[in-house]
Amino acid sequence: MSIVVNGLAVAPPGDPRVSLLDHLRETLHLTGTKKGCNQGACGACTVLVDGERILSCLALAVQYDGRDITTIEGLAEGDALHPLQAAFIEHDGFQCGYCTPGQICSAIGMAAEAKRGVPSHVSADLGGAVTLTREEVQERMSGNLCRCGAHNGIIDAILETVA
Amino acid sequence: MSIVDDAKQAAQGLMMGAMQKLVPLAPDSWIPGGVPDPLIARKHGLIGTPVSRLDGALKVKGAAGFAAEYRFENMAYAALVYAPIARGRVAAIDSAAAEAAPGVALVMTHLNAPRMKNMPVFGSSPNAVGPHNLPVLQDDRIHWNGQPVACVLAETQEQADHAASLLKVTYDAEPSTTTVAGAVANGTEQAMFFGQPLRNDVGDAEALLAKAPVKVDQTYRTPRHNHNPIEPHAATIAWVEDGLVIHDASQMVSQQAESIGAVFGLAADKVRLTSPYVGGGFGSKGLWDHQVIGAAAAKLAGRPVRITLSREGVYRTVGGRTLTEQRVAIGAQQDGTFDAIVHTGLSVMTPHNNMPEPFILGTRCTYAARSFALKVEVARMNMLANTFMRAPGEAVGTFALEVAVDELAVELGIDPVELRILNEPDKDPLSGVPFSSRHIVTAWRQGAARFGWAGRDPRAGVRREGEWLVGTGCATGTYPYYRMPGAEARITLTRDGDAVRAQVEVAAAEMGMGTSTTTAIVAAERLGLPIEQVEVGYGDSAIPGAIMAGGSQQTAAIGAAVIAAHNALVADLLKLAGNDSPLAGLSADEVGSIDGGLASRTDPARRESYASILSRAQRGSVSVTKAGSMPLELMHWSMHSHSAIFCEVRVNAVTGELRVSRLLGSFDCGRILNPRTAASQFRGGMIMGLGMALMEETQFDERNGRIMNPSLAEYHLPVHMDVPEIEVLWTDIPDPHTPMGAHGIGEIGITGVAAAVANAVWHATGKRVRELPITLDKLL
Repeated sequence: MSIVVNGLAVAPPGDPRVSLLDHLRETLHLTGTKKGCNQGACGACTVLVDGERILSCLALAVQYDGRDITTIEGLAEGDALHPLQAAFIEHDGFQCGYCTPGQICSAIGMAAEAKRGVPSHVSADLGGAVTLTREEVQERMSGNLCRCGAHNGIIDAILETVA
Repeated sequence: MSIVDDAKQAAQGLMMGAMQKLVPLAPDSWIPGGVPDPLIARKHGLIGTPVSRLDGALKVKGAAGFAAEYRFENMAYAALVYAPIARGRVAAIDSAAAEAAPGVALVMTHLNAPRMKNMPVFGSSPNAVGPHNLPVLQDDRIHWNGQPVACVLAETQEQADHAASLLKVTYDAEPSTTTVAGAVANGTEQAMFFGQPLRNDVGDAEALLAKAPVKVDQTYRTPRHNHNPIEPHAATIAWVEDGLVIHDASQMVSQQAESIGAVFGLAADKVRLTSPYVGGGFGSKGLWDHQVIGAAAAKLAGRPVRITLSREGVYRTVGGRTLTEQRVAIGAQQDGTFDAIVHTGLSVMTPHNNMPEPFILGTRCTYAARSFALKVEVARMNMLANTFMRAPGEAVGTFALEVAVDELAVELGIDPVELRILNEPDKDPLSGVPFSSRHIVTAWRQGAARFGWAGRDPRAGVRREGEWLVGTGCATGTYPYYRMPGAEARITLTRDGDAVRAQVEVAAAEMGMGTSTTTAIVAAERLGLPIEQVEVGYGDSAIPGAIMAGGSQQTAAIGAAVIAAHNALVADLLKLAGNDSPLAGLSADEVGSIDGGLASRTDPARRESYASILSRAQRGSVSVTKAGSMPLELMHWSMHSHSAIFCEVRVNAVTGELRVSRLLGSFDCGRILNPRTAASQFRGGMIMGLGMALMEETQFDERNGRIMNPSLAEYHLPVHMDVPEIEVLWTDIPDPHTPMGAHGIGEIGITGVAAAVANAVWHATGKRVRELPITLDKLL
């Protein structure tokens, strides 16, 4: 059994209670993925599994055998930031930086959902192609809380790059 | 509070009172800021240009290390058990099953915890920051519903959490006070804030109110709030030799180290507390029970401990903003001038802390009136100690005051912007001292123009777009300029060939306000160095001095300490330069820092670079540490940040759903040092104000004193869909009496917003909501 994290195969935990989030943070020491509530309410723990965004606090690590997981640490290519990471700096899309990795991973997953035509609560046409307007991005990112109030910069950064 | 603490507060209050009589009379030149900071006059530097935060790359890569991300060898994980009663005692603890559970290293309760002193409670000495004066796991007493009664250590968090669930604790409940009515029935008392009563009387306000031809007189209510930083409180703790090392999440690094040291009888230099990154604080990231419990457990188990509060644990053990019930009455002449402002009411705190919500602070300086009656009373309840939360006092006080002003504007038939400008004071309305810098009228005019306020139809409930009723509202916000004593700065210049590098160290905290970036900008300008050659050290109790990221004062405190250290550095460099330097014969007052060296202020050709001075003196480096001046300017001038907030709301006539469609903040906060991070501070505060207006409430079960919504699923924060594109603008007029001409900006953003929303809701619907949050049940 192995989980692939940022391209590297790692062993799953021996204790089946361990969440994917805690496995990343405490066993693999990949602390870029954050724990904000541990109950799926804040989005700080968002990672990409085979390109889809999930809340890693609600996922048991042992269930991810053979799956390909990308965390915030897997986005930059060496010193070259992912364009969305760079845009977050340019638009000041954070203050404390704690929700930031989750916002960035979530936005990448969100953009892929839109490309696949997945509608949202504010989509007028449930069957058509999705255009990521500001309102669409706001709606689709509302599961990622930010308490510092960097919402405007986050949406600007997403609209400029992945939307 | 104990009688001793009250006496100490009273003594501090007396001394403050004497100072407040003398300092206003002193000549300006005796006062810090009496001679303007030379940086104010410098127009073409880094100050005022947008600079991206220097720690940005680390944060977007997830590489910034927060408190719960440090590791020690052989570290154990902690889990806490919380009492479910509001008052009483622990009757029995059966820990057999927990102790036998896999991986468990320790079960610690009051029966086996090491003996410790109580935390030094906030205000009892300059660096005391304890939240309450209760023993922590020292006896069987329960003082609030949620108090930790046991701590389990295990090899993993999962094992600790499971073992904690196996602890069987039984309780003997005793009579408690968990209702506001019950607390009031027990008796109220005059609220004290930093040793002085929250009370002001000018003239006979009640008599003038009674005679006033136009008046409003209403009661406004604000609920409990929680800070809810996305990073839960956490600490990674180890005893190293005879000292304590804590990687913490702190907005008061040195004070926290000293206070926890006092609990364990350690000298200040035996506690090393670091906190380079803090995942949001808003007043909450201070010393609470969990750090004490974690350190005690580490001591008892003989191994390092990570203690991370669950989100529920944060609600149980980290206090928030308390509730208020406020009466605001304003009496006015037909021309709109105010005869009387009455702002009185109740705040609730506990028997074991002293933090009344000081909701009259903003009312002291906002408007001119012929009379004032301002008073805060407190009642005490058995609950978790409440604490400071963003703009304590002003955030909720401006809601009451500014809705009342709007109600009065309606009564008078005067535009609410014009009514506010009409009652603009020309000096501090209570103390009579001059304002240091007040350009709120400019902020109102600029904001109104940008928002398109002119021509607004004042009638309520007459604009409808389909199902949606539309309205606009405004309010003013205010927050004082503070500068606390105790800040120090250490500047070290190190020679690097023909250049120098500067290290500027301050015991400050960075929660995302941009402090480390702004400090680098200001230090670079002051030293005459490119920002790339300046490194800022912070967030470490090993750095001299004590600075708090609170009261919006950190930038000013750092600024004044860096001024003092820079002056000392110049003096030291002149001594090192000696008689062979072009600077020979000049005094420290006659030279300034420019282009990587010192130069005569009157003859810039007389200059020598830092590297040259150090090289000739055969020195590799020079280092100075200095404290900032005493903040006497606060008594000599009336010093405040100001805002004019405008918003547009849409209320669904069918469902009562409330959306804020436009929000604009026009600020007067002195000179803005870094427009990029400042705009984020303004917006961030305003969004927390939106939360206050629309949804935020810590629900408290009055039957048993239990917080009912201790989670981010049930305590609602503004999400992306709730936040419109927020416009911010500022006057950018420097205050001639502050370091860099700047004012604090961390708290002004939240003030006034809830009132602006409530006023817009009235304009949209005709419904006047006087109790926050403005949920849809209040609009149906």
